[in-house]
Formats: sequence, C-alpha cells, structure tokens
Amino acid sequence: MRYNLSNKYKAIVIGGSAGSFQGITQILASIPKDFPLPMFLCLHRLKHVRHGFVEALSIKSNKVIAEPFDKENIKKGGVYLAPANYHMCLELGNTLALSTEELVNNSRPAIDLTFESASYVFRDKLIGILLSGANRDGAYGMMKIKQRDGLTIVQDPNESMINAMPNAALAVTKIDHVLTVNQIVDFLIELDKLYKIS
Amino acid sequence: MIDDNTPDIEITELRKLTQVIKDKYDYDFKDYAMSSFKRRIKRVLDLYKFKNVEKLVSVLENNPDFFEEFVSEITVNVTEMFRDPTFWKVLKEQIIPNILLNHNKITIWHAGCSSGEEVVTMCMTLDEMGALDKAKIIATDIDTAIINKARNGTYSMKNMEVNSKNYARYQGTRSLEYYYKEVNGEAVIHKSLLENVSYRKHDLVQGVVFSKFDLILCRNVMIYFNQSLQNAVLNKLHESLFKYGYLAIGSKESLIWCEIANKFIIVNNEEKVYKKVKD
Repeated sequence: MRYNLSNKYKAIVIGGSAGSFQGITQILASIPKDFPLPMFLCLHRLKHVRHGFVEALSIKSNKVIAEPFDKENIKKGGVYLAPANYHMCLELGNTLALSTEELVNNSRPAIDLTFESASYVFRDKLIGILLSGANRDGAYGMMKIKQRDGLTIVQDPNESMINAMPNAALAVTKIDHVLTVNQIVDFLIELDKLYKIS
Repeated sequence: MIDDNTPDIEITELRKLTQVIKDKYDYDFKDYAMSSFKRRIKRVLDLYKFKNVEKLVSVLENNPDFFEEFVSEITVNVTEMFRDPTFWKVLKEQIIPNILLNHNKITIWHAGCSSGEEVVTMCMTLDEMGALDKAKIIATDIDTAIINKARNGTYSMKNMEVNSKNYARYQGTRSLEYYYKEVNGEAVIHKSLLENVSYRKHDLVQGVVFSKFDLILCRNVMIYFNQSLQNAVLNKLHESLFKYGYLAIGSKESLIWCEIANKFIIVNNEEKVYKKVKD
C-alpha cells in the first residue's frame, strides 16, 4: 500500500500560501462532488479583499466552497475557506469559530490556528496537508496534528513553487507523506473509494 | 509559535479557572468560545511564564491586583480605523441618513469599543456628514485599561498607515491628517472630534441594559462567545435598541442561529446591518 489509508478520518485541513493556488485548484477540481470528509482551507490572502477568492477557487471545483460565518455548523463533505482578515478555527460541538485575534506568523487567517484547533477537535482522525508557501506558517500546526496522531502530508518541496513552508514543517515534525499535487489527488481519490466501499 | 513547552490545556482546567474568576471577581467567562478562550489563556501562561493553568488560578486567587491585567490580556484588542471601508460607506450613505430623517438626534453605542478606533471612525464619519453635533455616543468595554486608551484618543503613527489606506478605500472627503496632530510619533486625535463621546466600563455578559439607542455597533465581539451566550447578549442588544433602531455586527457574523433573529430584519446583508422590527 502506497499510502496510510484508513476510513477512520473525519476531516481534512489544507494550508497554503504563495504558489499554492494552482495546487489547491487542481485538488478541488479532482475530488468528486460527494467526497465525504469536510475540508477546511486556510490560504493566505489579502486582508482587505473580501471578494473574489471563493469565486476563483470555485471555477473548476466540483464542490461548493463556502466562507463560513462564525459558529456555522459543519456539514458532511462541506468545503470551508477561511475568510479574509479572520482566523478560522474548529470548535468542539461540530462548529466553526472565527476570530480577529492578532496576526500569527504575520498572517490572518493563520494556518497554525486552523490546524491546531482542528487537531484538538479531531485528534487522530485528522489529515493535514500543507502546500507551497513562503513563510513558516503551518509548521507548528503540522506538529500538533502529528502529536495527536493525525496524518501529515506536505507538497514535495521539489515541486513547490516556493518550498519554505513544506520545508519548515519537515524540519519540526514527522511528515507521513511527501507528495506531488498529482499524488495528493491520487491519495484523496483512493481515500474516497475506501469510504464508498466501507 | 514553534516553541511548545506548555502542555495542552484541558477543559476541566478551564472550568476550574472560570469558576474561580466567577466566585472571586464576579466575571463570567464560562460561555466564551472554547477555541479562542483556550488560546488566550495559553497566551497569558506564555506571557507571564506560568507553568500551567493551576499556577494562573493560584495567582488569581491570591493576587487581586493581577485580575485587571489578566482581563486586558485575554480580551482581543485588535482593531483599525475604517475597518471594512464599505461598511462605513453604507453607514454614511444609508443608515445614518435614515435615522436622521425622522430624528434630530442620534444615539449610538459602541459595545466592545476596544482601543476606540471605531469610535474615532464614527466621529469622523458624522463630522463629514455635518451631523457630529447631533450625536450622543457611548463607548463601552470590559477592559479598564483599554477604555482609558480609547479615552486618550492617541494612536501609534505606525498604525495610521493601515488606517489611512482604509480611509482612502472608504473615499472620505478629507484626509485622516485633518483629524489628528502628530506628537512624538503618535497621532493625537483632536479633542473636539470626541466631545460627544462618553467612555464607560461595561461587561456585555453580566452588565444590565442601561439605555436605548438608534444604532448599536457590536462588530467582531460576539465571535468570542459560544452560541448560548451570543443569544443572551443579543437579547440585551435588542432591548437596548429603539424600535426600528439598527444593529451592526461583523461581516462574518450572523444572527441566523439566534432565537430572537425574527425580531430583526436584515437591511444590508453584505455589511451585516440589521434593523429591530419587533419589541
């Protein structure tokens, strides 16, 4: 078996920054409409531009992508994008919580906050995927996911347009899989099949 | 943030903490949203080098002077002038003119005013409309230190850069510089601009309804509360509004889940401005 596949997982978090747009678009275009796990996307974006990002990501996506409201309930298979100028966190009780706390790693939304809070809620049932990016946001979050026995995946630094972010995660914690975007897509499709036969 | 020496904070520890605070200081943090509250507590542990929540609890039990400082550190005080410029445009072009259509006066409450950037913004907006002398503004916060900062109306010049960018996007008729004087690297807002504002300490969670308003701004405050506390606070805000008064919340907040949502109608969905239509 190439990947650590299991149907125990309950959620996926994906983080990305500079150079991740193409990768995330490809992932959203490749997973089926009825992919069962909720996905939480934290992508660095301009603080003052509220509109356009969801629309841009949606063009090729099979999934409906939503920028959630504070305390919105998580739907099965929902795709949630951290809104501009808010941190997006997971809350116990199947809801999302937004926050205007200080910038973390010079970012709001910060990947570390989404990842850390998600790993607290989903423990070993979380998959964390970190894509291309120019700073070290997400490294701490990946470490927390691993500490709580979740699965960690980074985009192959050789493929990443800017590899600082995957490298920072590789430097601080055990990463289960170092994959190209094609392989990440392959992994998610295998995972989808596993959920559909079980 | 990569340092990770402090252990995970357990929910049972947070319950103990909020109970001690309630018993000793009569502040109620038990219904704060868990993810952010936990992070704020971790921040306090890191800041004061307390090794765990137990240590924090014992400091709070034995050192009442520390409590105000603790409140300052756990409340989120991140704000900008003209944050969400399009919101301020809507206030200026639609909401405030609508209120002044039927009244000669306008009463405004900034609930959770933090360091006062939003209050300053409101006064600038009213000034540009020629309506500043018609306004009576109350600004409240739970945090005494931040209320004092708001009252001072003095801001670091470093922050004025983002404020100016917001002001440009809002398309104000003047320039921000018109409203302050630079003194030793700080922007001191002209006192005359803030003449009609009174600043008070008030706790949205446990405080009573103290007046009625035409317009309440409570933006990105309730996001730190869980749903049941949001409900309770919304009831107070509702009671504090005149019928047909307006409530503005953060762009990513919603009243949809609240029990008394049907007593409001949405006036501007994009900027999240609601109008009270039922008592």
